[in-house]
Amino acid sequence: MNPLRIEPLGDAALYAEFSRSLDLRVNEALQAVAAALRERAPVWVRDVVPSLGGLALHFDPEHAELPEAPLRAATDLLLECLKATARGRTAGREVEVPVCYDAEFGLDLGEVAAQTGLDAAEVVRRHAATEHRVLMVGFAPGQPYIGGLDPRLAVPRRATPRTRVPAGSIAIANAQSVVYPFEIAGGWSVLGRTPLRVFDPRREPPSLLLPGDRVRFAPISRQRFEALR
Amino acid sequence: MSLRVLRPGMLTTVQDRGRHRMQHLGIVPGGAMDPVAFELANALVGNLQGEAALEFTLLGPQLAFEETVLIALCGAEFDATLDGQRLPLDRPVLVQSGTRLAAGRARRGSRAYLAVAGGIAVEPVLGSRSTYLPAKFGGWQGRALRADDRLPLAPDCAVLSGARAGPLQLPGGGAVRSVPWSAPSLTLPEREFAVIHALEGRHFSGFDADAQRAFFDATWHVAPASDRMGFRLLGPALARASDDEILSEPTCLGTVQVPADGAPIALMADHQTTGGYPKIAEIAGADVSRLAQLAPGAALRFVRCTLAEAHALRRAARQRVESARRGIASKYQS
Repeated sequence: MNPLRIEPLGDAALYAEFSRSLDLRVNEALQAVAAALRERAPVWVRDVVPSLGGLALHFDPEHAELPEAPLRAATDLLLECLKATARGRTAGREVEVPVCYDAEFGLDLGEVAAQTGLDAAEVVRRHAATEHRVLMVGFAPGQPYIGGLDPRLAVPRRATPRTRVPAGSIAIANAQSVVYPFEIAGGWSVLGRTPLRVFDPRREPPSLLLPGDRVRFAPISRQRFEALR
Repeated sequence: MSLRVLRPGMLTTVQDRGRHRMQHLGIVPGGAMDPVAFELANALVGNLQGEAALEFTLLGPQLAFEETVLIALCGAEFDATLDGQRLPLDRPVLVQSGTRLAAGRARRGSRAYLAVAGGIAVEPVLGSRSTYLPAKFGGWQGRALRADDRLPLAPDCAVLSGARAGPLQLPGGGAVRSVPWSAPSLTLPEREFAVIHALEGRHFSGFDADAQRAFFDATWHVAPASDRMGFRLLGPALARASDDEILSEPTCLGTVQVPADGAPIALMADHQTTGGYPKIAEIAGADVSRLAQLAPGAALRFVRCTLAEAHALRRAARQRVESARRGIASKYQS
């Protein structure tokens, strides 16, 4: 897999673009490259950030060992990692995320059922049946963008975003799921809620889900939800 | 050993150099909006490790010192007083226990850093003492200061302050003891409009010709709805040539993104780590500190620069800071 373009992102980062549309196989390959980069990164590389269709390398512009031409050096490093991971696959961690899909938490379950022509129980079954993958953690601390949604569940964003979506809500839009780490405004359709803390700055790692993780959503009862809180 | 908050000011937070190496978890570095003024404030009180300081915004706080401590207020020009006497800016000041600092308004610039010998001793979270307001963690209880907060100072701050003040030969007595020299102001904005260097962004060519011209020709104004996450810029609406969807991708400090309404947003210290809006420009790192000093309503213009020029600007900016630091260090050694 070769990047479409490698270009500067400001004067302290570069972006390697691999795909302009969402492609789960491309994302999986770039997670492997990101892992290799993180392993080999010289001290002046600060962050390796895999995203949906590419990855960013952020440098420390003040670092004493920063090369004269950091973009060139980072590009070379990236190409080396691409070669090394040409056939590789990242395993990613396997993470089970318990979700209570009760109507109390699944605010938009009824609407999604109506839109897809499935009944609510079938929507839940399909959401929990597939293996999902964390494509990117971003926007907010610990907020995972998760691919692998059953195509029958692909619904567009809601016309009117909710002003408050509770923390832990699992929502879907288009081909993805998201888990909200904090109470925020959001336009995705909410199917349920996890009792787990999606982001906890006092925990190591602070984020429940990491880029590249394989995720299964496990339906739980209201009672179990309370027990796990 | 603490610092008491009498009035919090408009937005006073604990900040340091920020938390790094966690952007893949959605955690932005954050930290001081004007890292140059922050570093100089620390240097002025003899702090060398990026110790946490207070960031004042536009209207400063009123604070009571419960120890005799060495402080420095650096960055925007605040009308600050110590027990009613004018507080000299950009220099070390030994403040007697029981003294009250009233920071007033920023006359020029918008943010200043109050450094204290030994630093503000809040617990680090994820390796930093910076307050991250959007997710409410770090700094003092993850929030801006309020009246009656008591901020912990380093346990040895009084001893440190005395030892560091020694070689400075602070003349006179009374509440305000300072020196006749000051650190240079490296980041205060120009009087008429600020000139900010910017590289063409990844999606620059996706904007229509008028937008491409307007971005570098127009005079922009910092909108009132600007904060530590981003500065909204008021000026001509920037239209894209097509409305193709863009996949959400990583953003940087200084990325200028343009949402559908056409009004650009310059991403600042607490920006989100990824975003799906097209990027018209990336502000040269050397100019981020000066941009951060612009108050709502302030004018700025963007000047196009190349990557090589941006790197050269960074080196020049770094040299100015290093030279100021050496000057300060030499006072501590005399």
